Amino acid sequence: MALMKSERPVGIVGYGAYVPRYRLITQEVSEIWTGGNTVSPVREKAVPGLDEDVATMSIEAARNAVRRAEQVCASFTPQRLGAVWVGSESHPYAVKPTGTIVAEALGATPYTQAADWQFACKAGTEAMQAAIGFVGSGMTSFALVIGADSAQGRPGDALEYTAGAGAAAFILGPAEEALVEIEGSVSYVTDTPDFWRRPHERFPEHAGRFTGEPAYFHHIASAAQTLMREMGLTPQDFAFAVFHQPNVKFPLKVGADLGFTRAQIQPGLLVNEIGNAYAGSALLGLTAVLDISQPGQRILLASFGSGAGSDAFCLRVRRSAPQSGALTTRAYIQRRVPVNYAQYSRLKGNYVMH
Amino acid sequence: MEVARFWRTRHQRYQLMGEVCPHCGTKIFPPRDVCPACEGEAKTPFVFSGRGEVYSFSTIHSAPAGFEKYVPYTVALVRLEEGPLVTAQLTDVDEKDVYIGMPVEMVTRVLREDGERGMIVYGYKFRPRLTQPAPEPQHAAEAAAAA
Repeated sequence: MALMKSERPVGIVGYGAYVPRYRLITQEVSEIWTGGNTVSPVREKAVPGLDEDVATMSIEAARNAVRRAEQVCASFTPQRLGAVWVGSESHPYAVKPTGTIVAEALGATPYTQAADWQFACKAGTEAMQAAIGFVGSGMTSFALVIGADSAQGRPGDALEYTAGAGAAAFILGPAEEALVEIEGSVSYVTDTPDFWRRPHERFPEHAGRFTGEPAYFHHIASAAQTLMREMGLTPQDFAFAVFHQPNVKFPLKVGADLGFTRAQIQPGLLVNEIGNAYAGSALLGLTAVLDISQPGQRILLASFGSGAGSDAFCLRVRRSAPQSGALTTRAYIQRRVPVNYAQYSRLKGNYVMH
Repeated sequence: MEVARFWRTRHQRYQLMGEVCPHCGTKIFPPRDVCPACEGEAKTPFVFSGRGEVYSFSTIHSAPAGFEKYVPYTVALVRLEEGPLVTAQLTDVDEKDVYIGMPVEMVTRVLREDGERGMIVYGYKFRPRLTQPAPEPQHAAEAAAAA
């Protein structure tokens, strides 16, 4: 059996999203670098402000998760977080944890685990898998996992059209007190070098078309199919399906290949509006679905991380999310200020200053 | 950059943690261990809500060292809901939209960086208070059509 389940049932007691307010209409990238001859795979993407990075975006998403958890679970306080784990490929420091900054901002220090996770775009779901074990074993009552990125793409590269920004945070705790129970999960990884970034390099490299079939599609389909088969479920058992979203086409195609309809995928498909938030991508999609899901509904979540692997989760909603205290993901998406390519280049630090 | 100085003030900078006077209940920020109202000892930690309103503001075009990359930016005196007046940068706002009495909320952001190799200093700033907007039913349909 590839299926993983904790002995003690674990669920999500609180969740929160954050998307920065600036947007680049990605047709501008095409105008600048190809004379308008490239069709952008997304309409627009979120761009962080000058004073934002993975730590600050993680803090806001986590504060939203804390506000929801405090309403859902009477015994929860930030002091009871046994772990603050941040998955990202754009941690502000190469050496020095983002997790301690976030833990301090939440008031979760000092008796907590704080660590940064790395697995390209699935760093956040990788932390979630570990947190299921951490809470499910009884080592701690609550664990905070975050997927966040200020995504990098070399100017003019295919990635520049989609590299977005955002953060999604989840507080895992006992299923009986949770909004959502995590019924089971699968991790599927192989050594597939489709995308990487070497030390001291600012921008990632990728293997072009190789990022599709042997990387994204193979890993997500394998993880999701195995999860459904071993749980005895079919796509019809799920109200929603959320996949990693590097563009609009890939999640719709992998979903269709697996037997999901567009109606199941669309509510969690945010990439056309915020771009690919890398480690925050699928997890932000999940927050948008949790904002609208109803008790009894099942959600399939399948991330993808280059290098490569996929974590697939089967979630069952126990109760609707509290509507006060934290903004919905959709509200953050609606808060948008368009910037042009020159302003975007300044926000991204792409100008060389002497 | 004084690492120790910033480390000592991390709770007030990240969380807006001040003090509450155990004698008269006055909320104190920044923490100073003595109540400015009754002059009694006041060391009880108190985390502020982060909500307040702009008391006054000014836009900086000629920035001090370390803040050059952010110009133009607006600094404000913010009257916190609990009473104290705090000086801080505003963020996520255009200068022309700022007004006295504008409701704001605290966010934790990068204050400055000590060059390429130094530490990153995080701390409180304030932005216009966000509220949950009415749902936009046509938005999902529009996104679907564009996809």
